Amino acid sequence: MKKTQILIVGAGPAGLCAAIEAARAGAKAFIIDENSKPGGQLFKQIHKFFGSYEHRAGVRGYAIGTDLLRETEELGVEVILNAPVYGLFRHDGGMMVSYMKDGREKAILAEKIILATGAAENALAFPGGTLPGVMGAGCAQTMINVNRVLPGGKIIMIGSGNVGLIVAYQLLQAGAEVSALIEAAPFIGGYGVHASKIRRAGTPIFVSHTIERALGKTRVDAVEIVRLDESFQPVPGARRVIEADTVCLAVGLSPLTELAWMAGCDFTWIPQLGGHIPIHNENMETTIPGLYAAGDITGSEEASTAMEEGRLAGIAAAEALGLTAERAKDIKLEVWARMNALRTGPFGQKRFEAKAQLLESAKGAAR
Amino acid sequence: MRVVKHPILPDDAAPDCIIYHDGQPVPAKSGEPIAAALLAAGVRVFRETAKKRNPRGIYCGIGRCTDCVMVVDGEPNVRTCVTPVRQGMEVRTQKGLGEWKNS
Ligand SMILES: Cc1cc2nc3c(=O)[nH]c(=O)nc-3n(C[C@H](O)[C@H](O)[C@H](O)COP(=O)(O)OP(=O)(O)OC[C@H]3O[C@@H](n4cnc5c(N)ncnc54)[C@H](O)[C@@H]3O)c2cc1C
Ligand code: FES
Repeated sequence: MKKTQILIVGAGPAGLCAAIEAARAGAKAFIIDENSKPGGQLFKQIHKFFGSYEHRAGVRGYAIGTDLLRETEELGVEVILNAPVYGLFRHDGGMMVSYMKDGREKAILAEKIILATGAAENALAFPGGTLPGVMGAGCAQTMINVNRVLPGGKIIMIGSGNVGLIVAYQLLQAGAEVSALIEAAPFIGGYGVHASKIRRAGTPIFVSHTIERALGKTRVDAVEIVRLDESFQPVPGARRVIEADTVCLAVGLSPLTELAWMAGCDFTWIPQLGGHIPIHNENMETTIPGLYAAGDITGSEEASTAMEEGRLAGIAAAEALGLTAERAKDIKLEVWARMNALRTGPFGQKRFEAKAQLLESAKGAAR
Repeated sequence: MRVVKHPILPDDAAPDCIIYHDGQPVPAKSGEPIAAALLAAGVRVFRETAKKRNPRGIYCGIGRCTDCVMVVDGEPNVRTCVTPVRQGMEVRTQKGLGEWKNS
């Protein structure tokens, strides 16, 4: 059976950064991803990043992705693509991962494993919600920015978190008409800068509104929306129909934690981070020794924090193998300082608190 | 519709191959997923459900939901959002669960 020191599941920003740090420390690192291309969500992201210089502020997501790929190549990290990982077991004192490649089952033994599987988009149920034209915002983002195809001409975006705001703006940039952005809460969920860009482009944002149904026989022709009162109940008579051929859903992300469940990790429930999260300590190590988690799997944030968490897991796993002992301490301190800086401001503070709660639960978890 | 000109991204390449959708030629770009070529050609309905024949189209775009499956070169249940096009490929709207040629 194939063997490696550090195995990483997921080649998104978290997984790539984990591999880079592990390989720099001298470990043999190996990445498996089910996609045909590495980079995870990064290649869909064409806006400039926020934060400081170290966080590549002002640089666009896909450019960061290209840099990370080059670095993993230079460091000799092996990347296996088109290979979904479906199993994670204890085996012979180490851990074994099983995956599919070219229609065959394969397995690899690893001393340390880092789960960087990211998150999936949440669905929303409403009459007409299965009509062609209703799709995830991420699906639309992939279509316009990666495949360069418009999913429709007149679009309604549901959800005003950062994914909803950013994808709505990118649809406008790609030449679509975004007829409205709808948010059930009485306030906009994401950053104000993104929201004002959309408003300036002429797209109305309806807060305290939800989608009642999508209308159409074989595809979406229109959408009925309704105003909500303070207790999120529809206000009678406050309905309106908007013409649209596409409905994009940006109603949150849920961490892809199947492999962590399978391995027997302890979990905690933190709604602000997307639900059930595998408990981890300051080294990103879960309650299973030698099994680490980084990026959106530990709660959806953004690419910059995913990269930092990946670095942390990579260096900690290398350190646990007895490599890079002196450097590890400094690098970990630097990463935590940068990560705490990212988790400031009105939005960051909430995430900081949620993450602190997660770290706190690690102390209580039985090992 | 294709996004050829973009305020940030470079100009996009032109289609360089042809696939067939229910017998009709559709221009496609080598390497792009089947679903992208179909959306660019204005196709929205990818399959019909088994019991009620309800229409379905692309939904997740990342190979997880199976709403986009079609019959590709005679093989049913192919996820068109993660399967790249090939010159001359035959793509058909899937009715229900689909049938294998040799079963
Ligand atoms: C639609 C969408 C839009 C977003 N837009 C932005 C944005 O504009 N700006 C921003 O900062 N953040 C955005 N985010 C948040 C984004 O999740 C983070 O920016 C970042 O990509 C998270 O990195 P990651 O490495 O944890 O996960 P991902 O980038 O999601 O990478 C996870 C990788 O793991 C692979 N994988 C998962 N399960 C398996 C398995 N079982 N076997 C093999 N491989 C597997 C996947 O194929 C994927 O390549 C967005 C997220 C989504 C879903
Ligand atoms: S759209 Fe979900 S699998 Fe293709």
